[in-house]
Amino acid sequence: MTTAEMASDPLPYVFAGLMAVSVFAYVVLDGFDLGVGLLSRSVTDEERNVLISSIGPFWDANETWLVLAVGLLLVAFPEAHGIVLSALYVPVVIMLLGLTLRGVAFEFRAKVPPARKPLWDGAFFWGSFLTAVSQGYMLGAYVLGFADGIAALGFAVVSAVGVAAAYALIGAAWLIAKTQGELQKKAIAMASKLVLGTAMGLLAVSVVTPIVSERVRTIWFSFPEVILFAPIPIMTVLALWALHVCLKHLKTATTDRYRWLPFSLTVAIFALSFFGLAVSFLPWIVPYQVKIIDAASSRESLKIILAGTLFTLPMIIGYTVLSYRVFRGKAKPLAYS
Amino acid sequence: MDALLLSRIQFAANISFHILFPTITIALGWVLVYLRLRANRSGDPVWLEVYGFWVKVFALCFGLGVVSGITMSFQFGTNWPGFMETVGNIAGPLLAYEVLTAFFLEAGFLGIMLFGVSRVPRWLHTSATVLVAFGTMLSAFWILVLNSWMHTPAGFEMRDGVAHATDWMAIIFNPSMPYRLVHVLIASGLTVGFLMAGISALRWLWNDRSEAVMRGLRTGVVLAAALIPVQILVGDLHGLNTLEHQPAKVAAMEANWETRGSVPLVLFGLPDEELRTNHYEIAIPSLASLILTHSLDGEVPGLNDFVSADGTVTHPPVAPVFWAFRVMVGVGMLMLLVSWTMSWRLWRRGEPGKVGACVLVGMSLSGWVATLSGWYVTEIGRQPWLVTGVLDTASAVAAHPVPMLAFSLTVYLGMYVVLLAAFIGTLIYLARNASIGGSELHKTAAKGTDRGSTIVAVTNAAGS
Repeated sequence: MTTAEMASDPLPYVFAGLMAVSVFAYVVLDGFDLGVGLLSRSVTDEERNVLISSIGPFWDANETWLVLAVGLLLVAFPEAHGIVLSALYVPVVIMLLGLTLRGVAFEFRAKVPPARKPLWDGAFFWGSFLTAVSQGYMLGAYVLGFADGIAALGFAVVSAVGVAAAYALIGAAWLIAKTQGELQKKAIAMASKLVLGTAMGLLAVSVVTPIVSERVRTIWFSFPEVILFAPIPIMTVLALWALHVCLKHLKTATTDRYRWLPFSLTVAIFALSFFGLAVSFLPWIVPYQVKIIDAASSRESLKIILAGTLFTLPMIIGYTVLSYRVFRGKAKPLAYS
Repeated sequence: MDALLLSRIQFAANISFHILFPTITIALGWVLVYLRLRANRSGDPVWLEVYGFWVKVFALCFGLGVVSGITMSFQFGTNWPGFMETVGNIAGPLLAYEVLTAFFLEAGFLGIMLFGVSRVPRWLHTSATVLVAFGTMLSAFWILVLNSWMHTPAGFEMRDGVAHATDWMAIIFNPSMPYRLVHVLIASGLTVGFLMAGISALRWLWNDRSEAVMRGLRTGVVLAAALIPVQILVGDLHGLNTLEHQPAKVAAMEANWETRGSVPLVLFGLPDEELRTNHYEIAIPSLASLILTHSLDGEVPGLNDFVSADGTVTHPPVAPVFWAFRVMVGVGMLMLLVSWTMSWRLWRRGEPGKVGACVLVGMSLSGWVATLSGWYVTEIGRQPWLVTGVLDTASAVAAHPVPMLAFSLTVYLGMYVVLLAAFIGTLIYLARNASIGGSELHKTAAKGTDRGSTIVAVTNAAGS
């Protein structure tokens, strides 16, 4: 990729950027929903109601970012969409099973006879679990360009565990901000453990990717690129360390002033990791197989979608902010209107 | 079983399950707006009680619609890559606009609509309800634009085997879109009318004769009675539009083999594609000609026109279209009879009566039956095309290994059976539960002075 190429035909890159924004929004927003789901087994029944009501008003809109990301892949890069979703057929089915179980559990657990509630609480946990690990598996498979073999499978499994740990971490960080008392203490304790798991997952991806990809090696370990990119891992390590220290202090803190700090730091870690991955794969849309520029659909169609996106995105952001403002503060049990 | 057949069954299963829930939420959203406005204007807590019950059904249906819709959105890529490769330039922007304008809107305001009553001013809660209802309808609009374009494509040109848009207005307002859109929206209203009437009748049978139940019952019956004649008229117009643009579909609906005048309306018959005739036919002379051409000796296209000299068949499979059409029309006639009889009875006597209530309970899900059979008519009726004259279904499918498809199909079918059972079970439980708490509810509601707290009190009582 050259800058000249980008300047002469910018639309495919604009769409790759929009997709990156949607995927990142999804990973952060549904990430904490799924993380809360993963932690929902480790609390009492009473606490679970609070925990689920902390995400009740948001999960649906959060999940829509996945539909947008997949939709943009579908409409802007149909060729890549076909390759990616065919290669990931089985994990996609499992993810959809997970998303379905998790999504309907919100409604059913609040409406079924009390005796059935544990069943849907189970669906909520296992749905979140299947979604998180299948997404992690897909990330691992994608990073290796859908390579075959036992090593690739092993890497995908490590990535599955890593992503689940990262989601659980951001879920715990969300709960630190949105809950109080015993539940908040539990969330702090869980987050402290999850920082380590997330760090290990990040390490695994950072070590394996340069080994398998010469391109990634070139970007990350040659001069002068290294000067450009070195800040990413350094800042990631710093953020992880800061999070570790912050959680340690929160355990004994008497004030709730820093309740949003763990969440903010986790989002920063997510952003840095995401950015690190994204620059490693430019200009590929399917690693080592299809380039962004070659997979893009007709420019006329892209222009029409871009116009719609630029028009609606500010509104989407506007009412998303409104919704988070309406339900700000500590989570309370939800009452239907 | 080959990949094509398995993929088709999987898509049919996914979309059939999915449509059950939007067909409720599209109209129920507006019914909730109506109930909310009635409550705002009159200050009568009973309206809020009706609202409080149906908003739960709405939330349940919305959740099921969202998750099955996400599954749908992945199907294009996982199983039908040929669709986007050929018509992606047209389907892509339409799907993107659906996500951007409709999905985010409904999902964004759903939280405020469901849980925001005590947190936001009343105007904002009412607006959120309106926006969710509007978003749901908008998403139906975009998806029906795309679906209609697949039936009656317009405003494009083919370059190197790929469709390119030439006129977006022609694409959006393609010939069958207005008819299909109105037909589907009214179908949603009828589904909700009979669902409300049926569930309210069930509560009535369980001796919950509170004013809230009676209002729900009346709202449902009157909604259905008002919409059904309109639907019959719109259905007729939609049929005439299909006759013009997709004659093979109409020929299959009527099981008419030869193009001719004075075609009878086949009430019963077993279409046989081998011998190209109907067995055991019972028919009313010239009636099909009259319905389709509004003249007794009008010419109706026949299926044999869609078999080329080399034996290639380009008309849809006859029996499923023929039968699905009869089921849809039959349920529609039943809807007319039941909704009008019950409206009259409710007006004269003020209560449905035991037999009437049982009939309404039996008709609770009649909207689902009519909607599904209607979709089978139109979708099977488009075969062998995926996009009429542009792309055939067999060319669009991904050649996945059969075991993989069998795995995914099993997962989806298992999931849908469980969820359907859970949905119907929960619906009945909600009705039962609301009925048991009925009298208590009135007391709580009557005590509330501030409207916001009244709703919370009502719904807490209803949900406890």
